[in-house]
Amino acid sequence: MTPSTSVPLLIKGGRLIDPAHNRDEVLDLVVEGGRVARLGKNVTPPAGAHVMEAAGMIVAPGLVDIHVHLREPGQEGAETIETGTRSAAAGGITSVVAMPNTQPAIDSATGIRFVLRRAAETAHIRVWPSGSITLGRAGEKLAEIGGMVKAGAVAVTDDGNSVPDAQLLRRALEYAKMFDVTVMEHSEDKSLMADGVMNEGPLATRLGHRGIPRQSESIAAGRNIALAALTGAHIHLTHISTRETVDLVRQAKKKGITVTADCTPHHFTLTEEAVVRCGTNAKMNPPLRAEEDRRAIIEGLKDGTIDCIASDHAPHSRASKEQEFSAAPFGIVGLETLLPLTVTQLIEPGHLSWIEAIRRMATNPAKVLSLPVGDLAEGSPADIVIINPVEERTVTGFSSKSQNSPFLGWTLRGFAQVVMVEGRIVLRREALRPVSAS
Amino acid sequence: MAVSAGRAERKNAMKDLLGLESLSAEQIGYILDVARPMKNLFTRSIKKVPALRGRTVALLFFEPSTRTRSSFELAAKRLSADTLSFTASTSSVTKGESLLDTAKTYEAMKVDFLVMRHAASGAPELVASAVKAHVINAGDGSHEHPTQGLLDIFTILEKKRKIEGLKVVILGDILHSRVARSNLWGLTKLGAHVTVCGPSTLIPAGLTDVFGPRVTVSTDLEEALDGADVINVLRLQRERQQGDYFPTLREYTELFGLTTDRLRQAKPDCLVLHPGPMNRGLEISSEVADGPRSQILDQVTNGIAVRMAVLHLFAGPEGLPATVPDGKQTAKAVQTTFKALS
Repeated sequence: MTPSTSVPLLIKGGRLIDPAHNRDEVLDLVVEGGRVARLGKNVTPPAGAHVMEAAGMIVAPGLVDIHVHLREPGQEGAETIETGTRSAAAGGITSVVAMPNTQPAIDSATGIRFVLRRAAETAHIRVWPSGSITLGRAGEKLAEIGGMVKAGAVAVTDDGNSVPDAQLLRRALEYAKMFDVTVMEHSEDKSLMADGVMNEGPLATRLGHRGIPRQSESIAAGRNIALAALTGAHIHLTHISTRETVDLVRQAKKKGITVTADCTPHHFTLTEEAVVRCGTNAKMNPPLRAEEDRRAIIEGLKDGTIDCIASDHAPHSRASKEQEFSAAPFGIVGLETLLPLTVTQLIEPGHLSWIEAIRRMATNPAKVLSLPVGDLAEGSPADIVIINPVEERTVTGFSSKSQNSPFLGWTLRGFAQVVMVEGRIVLRREALRPVSAS
Repeated sequence: MAVSAGRAERKNAMKDLLGLESLSAEQIGYILDVARPMKNLFTRSIKKVPALRGRTVALLFFEPSTRTRSSFELAAKRLSADTLSFTASTSSVTKGESLLDTAKTYEAMKVDFLVMRHAASGAPELVASAVKAHVINAGDGSHEHPTQGLLDIFTILEKKRKIEGLKVVILGDILHSRVARSNLWGLTKLGAHVTVCGPSTLIPAGLTDVFGPRVTVSTDLEEALDGADVINVLRLQRERQQGDYFPTLREYTELFGLTTDRLRQAKPDCLVLHPGPMNRGLEISSEVADGPRSQILDQVTNGIAVRMAVLHLFAGPEGLPATVPDGKQTAKAVQTTFKALS
């Protein structure tokens, strides 16, 4: 990160949205010493302060993306902590939770410390590591969850895999509860997924691709919820993709079971039809589903069943994606399209208000994993994103090392203009260069 | 990945033959019309014409195949094209070369056609979007095998004189079958009623949503065969049993094997087709395979004629036109040219 400026900064006249305090009003904000020093109307700039005119802009807590593959260690050809966090900054994201399915998997305190050290050396934004639930993500033996939490892990997950054995997951939930760490489950019954490569249904039949039935997710999600009920532990279901799973989470919440969930922008934007247009850049796991699922995901976001929006940013090299559909890896990049897709697909059509959208991109993700970020109270860390809600741009490429996205060529609105972490500016587009107060 | 002209722009000429899904009924009819004079050549002592002299056809077989490759090779040779063969097991693929690099290498050798067989559905489409050569799909995964579909329809047409209104049964492993999909597209476009029949575990999801109301699904062979004009028996991959799609080969034969007895349910002049290679005594009994209704060896002969027609018609710089000329006229013209050469 660039060194923090000791000069105070006044962000003037922006529409300040802080869902944690149900705040949505035009307010000035002063950043000083890396913190939100003051909020108020018509604030006089402190002596020597820089002033940033933010009229017409949204000023919000920096976004928190709890599902990101940074690929370091092991697949630095696709992404590194440096390039991945640069991409996040470009997308208005100030905190990412790094998934542990690296090579080797992050399944020990040493692994967590490696990620934190590399982040300290190279990251542009905050990196919160997660550890795997089982050794090597093999689903056989518990990893040292206590040690990983002590070293700084904010969640445990075998992401990419579900924990296949119910007894083992039960133990993991009970054990993780001791450390107040959230278990994040990629809900998938592998036996039912088998060799599937896209959503099961008429389109897969037409294209001659093996299908992944929606029940491969809902069976696992149902089991995961039942185990949360059994253990009283908190379980977070990540990247849910089907109507059935949304219904299961909704009912579980009604019964008071401690379950939370996130979904990705691609699952509320696209359906399996994208496979025809985008080929392997529309191949991800869980796969893009049908229109009824896309609508159910949006409903789930609206009524609070789905707590968070997360990118599942999964960079892959061009060579690995320019292959036969069945041979290419699952996953797309998403850090830089999370915010504009949310604006264009959810806010503009009226599915979510700005405050509810920011709640799902910043406040709730921080809350779900108890991260000390995601709000803009006086005294909070100055992790801030300034968004131009109307500026339109065509997506032509990414700061990420990888470019595997079905959204290349899309024209979207709501891009981040300024991003700061603890008061340090990590992204600034020309229009909002701060000027010295006269 | 760009979608090749085949699917995206129906109105334009078609560079590649990726599947029968993207062909119109008229285009299918046109290819079949032109296949006729090709077949007439086979009765002559000299079966070769110079239609594709100077052209090169590369046969890229990433998956083992004897009959389809031989058939394409012979088709190309009878049109005087040069052929060149590629087999995955003896090639740079085993050294880790990507599909696109292999295809571009052949493109750089200035071949005119890439005839391609691949285990992955959609692989020919990927190649077609990256090269200028005409890509002819010789079978991709569980997706399509268009020349097999065309030769099956050609065979039916020869005997039945029409496709419209016929009842055609496709029997066996529909889920994994590219032959089934190409037959379904071609036959339904030409107005046949198709009944697919097999164990329910080998019928893919949403089949009738894809192929429309002319298609019905049955898991009762006797019911499916009732009143059938044609039955196309698919090859059963023995390894499907390991995948627990059905309990034993014995029970499969018991329920879905085509026998003389069962064939009595169909019309007396029902044709029996099989794309080969056959598992005698498994999906088809020897009595049926060698019986009077069997078209199996005719299919092999017709396959060459159909592939000659495909190579001939796609050889133009634009490929197959979207609006095709009268097929009968073209066939006549081809016939006359060939006669002059004899």
